[in-house]
Amino acid sequence: MKIFIKNATIVNSDKTIQSNILIDGENIAKITDEILEADEVIDATGKFVVPGLIDMHVHFRDPGYEYKDDINSGSEAAVAGGVTTALPMANTNPVNDNAVITRDMIAKAKARGLIDLLPIGAITKKLGGEGITEMGDMTQAGAVAFSDDGLPVSSSDVMRAALEYSNHFGSFVISHCEDCSMCRTGVMHEGKVSAILGLKGMPREKEEIMVSRDMLLAKLTGGHIHIAHVSSAWSLKMIEMAKKEGINVTCEATPHHFTFTDENLMSYDTNFKMSPPLREVSDKEAVRNALKSGLVDVIATDHAPHLDDEKFVEFDKAPFGIIGLQTLVPLSLKLVEEGVISLERMVELTSTNPARILKLNNKGRIKEGYLADIAIIDPNLEYIYDAKLNKSKSINSPLFGKKLKGAAVMTIKSGKIVWNFPNLLI
Amino acid sequence: MSYKHKDLLGTRELSRDEILFFLDSAKEFKNLNNQSIKKSDNLRGKTVINAFFENSTRTRISFETAAKRLGADAINFSAAQSSTKKGETLIDTIRNMEAMKTDIFVVRHECSGSAEFIAKNTDASIVNGGDGLNEHPTQALLDLFTIRENKGKFEGLNVAIIGDIEHSRVARSNIWAMHKLGINVRLFAPPMMMPHRVEVFECEVAKTMEEALDGVDVIMMLRIQLERQGGAVAFPSGREYSKFFGLNKNRVKLANPNPLIFHPGPINRGVEINSDVADGEHSFVLNQVENGVAVRMAVLDILNKNRG
Ligand SMILES: [Zn+2]
Repeated sequence: MKIFIKNATIVNSDKTIQSNILIDGENIAKITDEILEADEVIDATGKFVVPGLIDMHVHFRDPGYEYKDDINSGSEAAVAGGVTTALPMANTNPVNDNAVITRDMIAKAKARGLIDLLPIGAITKKLGGEGITEMGDMTQAGAVAFSDDGLPVSSSDVMRAALEYSNHFGSFVISHCEDCSMCRTGVMHEGKVSAILGLKGMPREKEEIMVSRDMLLAKLTGGHIHIAHVSSAWSLKMIEMAKKEGINVTCEATPHHFTFTDENLMSYDTNFKMSPPLREVSDKEAVRNALKSGLVDVIATDHAPHLDDEKFVEFDKAPFGIIGLQTLVPLSLKLVEEGVISLERMVELTSTNPARILKLNNKGRIKEGYLADIAIIDPNLEYIYDAKLNKSKSINSPLFGKKLKGAAVMTIKSGKIVWNFPNLLI
Repeated sequence: MSYKHKDLLGTRELSRDEILFFLDSAKEFKNLNNQSIKKSDNLRGKTVINAFFENSTRTRISFETAAKRLGADAINFSAAQSSTKKGETLIDTIRNMEAMKTDIFVVRHECSGSAEFIAKNTDASIVNGGDGLNEHPTQALLDLFTIRENKGKFEGLNVAIIGDIEHSRVARSNIWAMHKLGINVRLFAPPMMMPHRVEVFECEVAKTMEEALDGVDVIMMLRIQLERQGGAVAFPSGREYSKFFGLNKNRVKLANPNPLIFHPGPINRGVEINSDVADGEHSFVLNQVENGVAVRMAVLDILNKNRG
């Protein structure tokens, strides 16, 4: 099967060119000015053709909580968002803390055939915070990193061992930074808005304390630490310092943290309840500046589906998290439109850098010989993000039912068209 | 002056005129309460449910008394016997009771924002009877009623709110309302009981009990809300609290002459307030309780009229 994409604005992290692309089988065969024969010809006039997005932080809830999403619906939501590679977190039930679960997850995703699913294994058995998992075995089975995500490892000694041991197998640790001894049943950012609303707050320092510990442990071990969903200005300051010191650290920011602030919580809308919580304007600006400066390596969605019934409760009782796969492109494009980052930088953040961090040598670029993982993005398409478009089993997004601009109108995975924006003849 | 909304969720949304409207109406009901037959039929045939998801005997009795004096069928529901303990959601519980043709719910709940959440998802009128750390608007209205009754004005008065402010919905409702009426509010609390970013309340913040009490007309002492601390670092001891943050007879002298001393109850005697003050000449604790019924009658009556 050959696909020919003509009149493409090909955006790579280093440059944008006008050309045509021939896909032959699974790979990008040729980037050329010629018009070539193919089984299918796609006219991409006015669209951006970017390497398939790689989302380093999703929750597919499979196994165990398939009513929120499963690997099938998660895969569908991914490709509908232009994402061709996704890393699901280990907080499933049973926990992905052994090679059997890891293999099962990969097999299920392969059977659906829409994306490459690269599981993140648990750091500790059953996310219990104590004994570390069989990281070698899990790495062989296909786990690409280790994280206890929402249940951060409190013991510095366990975290040290995790960094050392994962490093031995060429892998790394992803840290959800939170000093849980400061939790105090907090449900939002501690600041002016929490004071007004009478909701229990979580101070920024709860995150920053853990970021600083993890920087020091990475210094000690030489292991690679990836800081998940950075949300505060001081966390970024410390990461910047650590990078300057040559510590092996990377970090990610989520679209919601560079788009919203705690002010959005004024009506107690549980769709703005997330962890780490939405912080203040100054933090949002710090995240945006770090996206601009290059300090942040990756944009990841932290796609966290919860059934609407679970969110339709008192604010205190609602679970943390929102879905994000299908709003990744419009929210990232908004950064481009607002002049915060360039289009090339957006590609770097959503594909090239994740591929580099994950050592995926045939992804993250539109390049001859690379895997034909491609998203075709229409930056001007306006639409309502609603039930007709939504592929997740959950609708816990503050943007649900809202008008968005910009979308992946076609997604190609390993040379196969896996997503077409409905009612759109491209 | 009037109030046109379906619900009363807090004082933060109330205008000065709306507050005064409630207080003027409450005055009429206080007159009624002082007669031997304390009964009106303004709410005859109406159903008021006290939906208390968090325990409170005194607030519930106050609302129940208010509803009954207005001729309503007042029904009490408390979480102890509730289906929410069996896993039913809050909205399902409320909608079940609404289906029994309830006109007004008085809601008390341990979660901030829950009264607003219910109000948005039901056609019945909602009176916030205290939601989490957020608001307790009828308590603020009864405090204001008592102030006006005894001081004859609001403008320029100095009020000290002292104690566990972070965990106090009474403090929040009073602060929002008092600012609209031109009252100067001063806050004082042990640091762990003072809200982070307290500047958002635009009040003076005192550093000592002495500074807090200097020249005030009203002393509002708050209860230590140990049950709402959520595992926070507890205060070292009641002894230490009373020494640095409690009200005693000598400290009352720092205030302006004839200060009004308030406490929303129940009092931890010897901790927040010594008994000599709690039972002394300046204590208005029982006046607050009395006025609470009149204020709640006014609120129920006004919301009922708005239902048409
Ligand atoms: Zn996380």
